[in-house]
Amino acid sequence: MAFPKNPNPAFLLQQATTLRRDIIEMLGAAGSGHCGGSLSCADILATLYYSELNHDPQKPDWKQRDRFILSKGHGAPALYSVLARTGYFSPDLLGTLRKLNSTLQGHPDMNKTPGVEMSTGSLGQGISVACGIAAAARTQDPNQAAYRVYALVGDGEMNEGQVWEAAMSAAHYRLSNLCVIIDNNGLQIDGETCRIMNLDPIPEKWRAFGWHVVQCNGHDHCALVNAFAAARAETAKPTVIIAKTVKGKGVSFMENKVNWHGIAPNQEQVCTALDELK
Amino acid sequence: MSEKIATRDAYGNVLAELGASHANLYVLDADLSCSTKTNVFAKKFPDRFFNLGVAEQNLIGWAAGLAVAGKIPFASTFAVFATTRAFDQVRNSIAFPNLNVKIAASHAGLSVGPDGASHQALEDIALMRIMPNFTVVVPADGPQAAEATRCVFEHQGPVYLRLGRPKVESINAQEPFVLGKAQTLRAGEDITIIACGTMVREALLAGEQLQKAGVSVRIVNMHTIKPLDQAAILAAARETGAIVTAEEHTIIGGLGSAVAEVLAESRQAIPFKRVGVADQFGESGEPDELFDKYGISAKHLVSTVKTLVKQK
Repeated sequence: MAFPKNPNPAFLLQQATTLRRDIIEMLGAAGSGHCGGSLSCADILATLYYSELNHDPQKPDWKQRDRFILSKGHGAPALYSVLARTGYFSPDLLGTLRKLNSTLQGHPDMNKTPGVEMSTGSLGQGISVACGIAAAARTQDPNQAAYRVYALVGDGEMNEGQVWEAAMSAAHYRLSNLCVIIDNNGLQIDGETCRIMNLDPIPEKWRAFGWHVVQCNGHDHCALVNAFAAARAETAKPTVIIAKTVKGKGVSFMENKVNWHGIAPNQEQVCTALDELK
Repeated sequence: MSEKIATRDAYGNVLAELGASHANLYVLDADLSCSTKTNVFAKKFPDRFFNLGVAEQNLIGWAAGLAVAGKIPFASTFAVFATTRAFDQVRNSIAFPNLNVKIAASHAGLSVGPDGASHQALEDIALMRIMPNFTVVVPADGPQAAEATRCVFEHQGPVYLRLGRPKVESINAQEPFVLGKAQTLRAGEDITIIACGTMVREALLAGEQLQKAGVSVRIVNMHTIKPLDQAAILAAARETGAIVTAEEHTIIGGLGSAVAEVLAESRQAIPFKRVGVADQFGESGEPDELFDKYGISAKHLVSTVKTLVKQK
């Protein structure tokens, strides 16, 4: 049976908080990994898996399921948490993140982790793969509606030329069953995105590439639910949801701090962070 | 003499033939469908053909996505772009997840001709064989390219199929084409030439000339570089006592290196020489002129063989 959808904002906030607690505990136990970008996309992933995607954790190979591709593969902890919490595998496994012989690799591995649709990590590639899947969905059995494909792209990731190659092709082939979400947290490894490689104005760029553009607060579950509904209603173009987010969202000492991109919290920091995430 | 057929033409025709009976076959190209011959398929099955424009990285990603969705995609462009331009995409989006994508790349090697060095892939065999999960196939003539395309379609897993631009003469292989199984085209006792692709024909020509000079040459068509038919190499070493490899590719990392690796670990110290392009880029010219200038034509094989036989 397909996973039940619940768009209630209070419910989604509760799930997102669980994801954030998992992320902190996982990274604390792993001793390495990406805090900032995992926390910034927690609300997006919670909304997708609890309210938007047609999926069935008991049947990860269900043919008509919607697909989600984490193009920003370094957000793996957030993905692993939502997959575990929705029932793809036991949450007990979360503590093995990044450890030898773990099914939970530093970056997503589709052959090791149930529910992971594509191996990602080298930036810019997941969005092209999502295009290919969306095209396959659309050209399959004409009696069945095409399933939908979602890809989460980082804002720093948009530096990759391949993102724009993919953007061109999705619009050209009118992949209206494709929805890209930009985790627009404004920071990349070396600093602010506008200082490292300025991409502004982002909405205008996607619009010029022929996309249906939706902008929203990436931490407002109601806004996210509405954005996904707008994407679903669009039948001529692919949709990009530019979700304004805060890197490190939910943990005061990590929020908007560039140095929290790729380091893990120590034990004391884990305790402080968990105190804030209730 | 049989009709000359380009390996790319044979590939294009077989794709279109397979497309009729296999609805899961998809074909992608990067604005070179008239050259890679995927246009034959495109014309017959427009719904299962995607031209991604001049964007090879995205081409590879789309192919990966189609494979994730259970289709069997063939992605084609020139060898130099499919491998060097999109190498990270091939590694991370196809090889690592072990997806059932076929990269059929044409215009490999010096025989691209007048387009010159920028378009002459001389590194592709090396690049593709170092990646886990990949099978690497280099057919020697048109009929073999047709057989190889069918085998590659049936094979589960990523494959690199190396195709060429020029029309080539048939090598008249008698043994059936089996992935990973070398073909012995000519029996011989004094030395073995292990060749792939266009160099198989050169090896056969060399073999005929050497026969007249009293040298008995075994000719082995190593059409699958990976997995490599080690048994055929070791048998050649044991039974003929000297080996020359021949490839339209840099001598670093390709067929010659692969054979050398097997020999070096086999404790068989025999005369051995790699014939290929000697660690340099090509240039404009006709294929036969380039084979001659870069030392990979039949006459170079003849002189190399004569030198090696004396070392036995």
